[in-house]
Amino acid sequence: MVPVDYYVILSAILFTIGVLGVLIRRNALIIFMSIELMLNAANLAIVAFGSVIESFSGQIFVFFVIAVAAAEVAIGLALIVEIFKSKRSIDVDQVSGLKG
Amino acid sequence: MTLDLALFLVLACIAVASALGMLLSRNTVYAALYLVLNFITVAIFYLLLGAPFIAMAQITVYTGAIMVLFLFVIMLLGAENLPAPNALPWQKPLAIALAAALFAEAAYLLIVKARSLGNVLPPAEAINATENLRQLGVALFQNYLLPFEIVSILLLVAMIGAITLTKKEKGARNG
Amino acid sequence: MYFGESANYGFLFLAPWLIFFPTLGLLINVAFGHKFSERTIGAVASLATGAAFVVSIALAWTLSASHADVLRWRLAEWIHIGAVSLDWTFRVDALSATMMLVVSGVGTLIHIYAIGYMHEDVRFKADPRRFQRFFVFLNLFIAAMMILISADSYLMLFIGWEGVGLCSFLLIGFWYEMDTLGQPSWSNSYAAKKAFVVNRIGDYGFLIASFIMFWAFGTFQFDAVFAKAPQVSQGLIVAITLFYLLGVTGKSAQIPLYVWLPDAMAGPTPVSALIHAATMVTAGVYLITRSAPLYSAVPAAQNIVALTGAVTALFAATIAAGQYDIKKVLAYSTISQLGFMVAAVGVGAYVAGMFHLVTHAFFKALLFLAAGSVILGMERGHHHVEHAHQDKSKKGKKKQEDRGEIFDPGDMRNMGGLRKTMPVTFWVYMAGTLALAGIPPFAGFWSKDEILLDASLHNPTVYWLLTIAAFFTAFYMGRQIWLVFFGTARHEAASHAEESPRVITFPLIALAILSVIGGAINLPFTGFHHFTHWLEGALGKVEAMNLDMQVALVSTALALAAIAISWFLYGRAPADAVRRDPLETLGVLFKGMNGKWWIDELYQALVITPYVKTAQFLADVIDGRFWHDWFHDSVVVGGFNWASRIGLNVYADQKGIDAFANSLGAWTQSLSTMMRKVQNGFVRSYALTFLLGVVLILGYLVFK
Repeated sequence: MVPVDYYVILSAILFTIGVLGVLIRRNALIIFMSIELMLNAANLAIVAFGSVIESFSGQIFVFFVIAVAAAEVAIGLALIVEIFKSKRSIDVDQVSGLKG
Repeated sequence: MTLDLALFLVLACIAVASALGMLLSRNTVYAALYLVLNFITVAIFYLLLGAPFIAMAQITVYTGAIMVLFLFVIMLLGAENLPAPNALPWQKPLAIALAAALFAEAAYLLIVKARSLGNVLPPAEAINATENLRQLGVALFQNYLLPFEIVSILLLVAMIGAITLTKKEKGARNG
Repeated sequence: MYFGESANYGFLFLAPWLIFFPTLGLLINVAFGHKFSERTIGAVASLATGAAFVVSIALAWTLSASHADVLRWRLAEWIHIGAVSLDWTFRVDALSATMMLVVSGVGTLIHIYAIGYMHEDVRFKADPRRFQRFFVFLNLFIAAMMILISADSYLMLFIGWEGVGLCSFLLIGFWYEMDTLGQPSWSNSYAAKKAFVVNRIGDYGFLIASFIMFWAFGTFQFDAVFAKAPQVSQGLIVAITLFYLLGVTGKSAQIPLYVWLPDAMAGPTPVSALIHAATMVTAGVYLITRSAPLYSAVPAAQNIVALTGAVTALFAATIAAGQYDIKKVLAYSTISQLGFMVAAVGVGAYVAGMFHLVTHAFFKALLFLAAGSVILGMERGHHHVEHAHQDKSKKGKKKQEDRGEIFDPGDMRNMGGLRKTMPVTFWVYMAGTLALAGIPPFAGFWSKDEILLDASLHNPTVYWLLTIAAFFTAFYMGRQIWLVFFGTARHEAASHAEESPRVITFPLIALAILSVIGGAINLPFTGFHHFTHWLEGALGKVEAMNLDMQVALVSTALALAAIAISWFLYGRAPADAVRRDPLETLGVLFKGMNGKWWIDELYQALVITPYVKTAQFLADVIDGRFWHDWFHDSVVVGGFNWASRIGLNVYADQKGIDAFANSLGAWTQSLSTMMRKVQNGFVRSYALTFLLGVVLILGYLVFK
């Protein structure tokens, strides 16, 4: 029997790794992938909790999250392509035109 | 130690390792592949938690569609390594410290809240895929019909948006 | 009950029209007077007052038909604050009804008279446009007087009290830019101001009394106050009554505040007759009579009232005997007669006081109006003479200087022999004189005799003072008659004097008839005490007294003797030879009588000069030199200059405010420069900040 804490801890670890990816890496694609990782971590926690309370709601919610993530990736990758077109780079640090 | 716990621990190690691989790999393609591995592991977790439909959706949508799209873009843009000079020297230590704090806080909160919840369902009960699928379908098309349709519209909008963003405008500059 | 009882009786609903009619008249004259002819203006004003008279008759009839002691008509809610609950209620009882009849009746006659008088007056004073203003003021006075009379509480009475005071001020100063002879001067204004200021002292007494009353009784309503009087301490009631007496001495011109009334003769003669003889000045007597239950409760205060009245009566009568101005004589006579009334109410003879008030209103109004007629006659004669001079010598420009002095139409030394040129005026004047002198069977005899009788029973001192005053009264009236109407003219103008037109003589004749027969309302014979019984409704049971032969004989004999002496002194000698008054042989005594016993000078020295000196000291030294020159200019301005030049400029402004503002700017700038670095444009950096926020919030949740 696996206690739900384990899943939660795993989810937190994955999420933290995603956060680090967003903060440390400069490659826009890696950052984006890290975001996907964070989404997955959250999904995992939701499904785990749903399993504990024997409810479908968690699964339904995750289903919608996956759908939205798909939409997000479509738009996000399009944006990255556009940024690359104008900057000739996918380094997010190059996109600092709004500097104060 | 039961079998499912052992299975969990093995899979968890794979998931964390692949996530770290994604984080640390210099090559973008490798990073994407590590992420695919991570997603697959998570899909197996879904199966273990009695959510076979979500597991399938994870594999088809994430690993199948999204990651392929990532790889396409990587190919398109070139998997370049970025030059060394970092504009934000303090970013990395700060980020690590804050991430550690975040992890500590999240773990503390989640464990304190979740400990009382008990165990997840054993795989033997959770694996009844047909029943699960049926119930999920009924719930999705009865109780959650409106969100479902809205999501479909969202996907349509995202599709159009992506097309519009990347479309070359007539007479626009070449680039 | 309290208000319900009033609603059912006859013409009681007309009560507010006592005030509304005169107000309506004055509003019409204010709004349209400039388009009306003089005749119309006068007719509107007279009709307004006449309507009030009709209302008064209706109310008196209603009162007597209802057999009630008091009728009330509530017009409106007035003051409801905390413990004070006052309505604007009209009170109709025998006392107020009597006053209403007198005020509106005599008032109407004087209004009619004023049409003729002012017609000429405004032309002699060369400002015909003031005709309209005069009648507006006159109607305003009637309205205010009606408020005073019909009041059901001391507070409402005070409104009217102040209202008539204002009208008095306005009318004394009617010709504010000239003196009584029409020469440019501010003396009329000073007279008006004097009347107002002196009355203010009296009003101060009225107010203090009212404050004490409210504090002690908690109400102003007459009946409520009287009902509660037995439970209030004697000392408080003495204080209230004496402070009211101070108000009375102001309004009714008693010692020590009588000094304004002689100067008030600066007003046009109808004003002197209406306000300063017949109505307003009797308000004080009315107030004491109205407060009879309070005064009767404190004999000490009653004695003071009686003595005040009696001393005033004698004092003013002696002054009247030494005056040369026809109106001044009457003014002091009025003070004296008011003294009679105050003395009467002081000894508790309220009915006698009110009786004398009524008859006095008749004959004194008559005398004033007749005196006005004399003055007009003299003016006409003067004009006649002037025109004759002009035609003859063709040196019209120099005539004033030729004569060397300004003609005074009111100076009795210029008159003489008017009996022949102004016969109607003469006869009505005789009627008034005999009434005032107290010769039976004229009205004044009956009322004065009743006062003397009451005084002889209650207070011998007062009785003797009044009897001597009555002697002087007969003397100065005799002197006036001999000087004015008998002998031969001592001035060209007097020989050419003309009788007044009918609009003037009609009210004179009407008042003369009233002066002759007015005593009939209360003859001192059993069965004829109509007025006494009428007032019983308001004053309670009053003992009706019959004629006392001793008192009557003494007073009549003294009056006849006084007239005889005056004939001996003034009537016997050929008038044209006497420019020197026979009384001057009395030396300092006559100087005192003529000089008003130097009371004005005394007040001047005792009160006004120190006051002015103090005011000047305050103005010059305290305000001017100390406050303005030293404190303002030196301390404030100098200090300000010094402070601004040295202290404030450098330390406060440059190093304080400027430095603060500048440092604020610099600080903001440096802070923003610092903050600017946060906004570095790097998305990752923003995300880090975001994470920081998340960590902090989670930390809060953890350590909550």
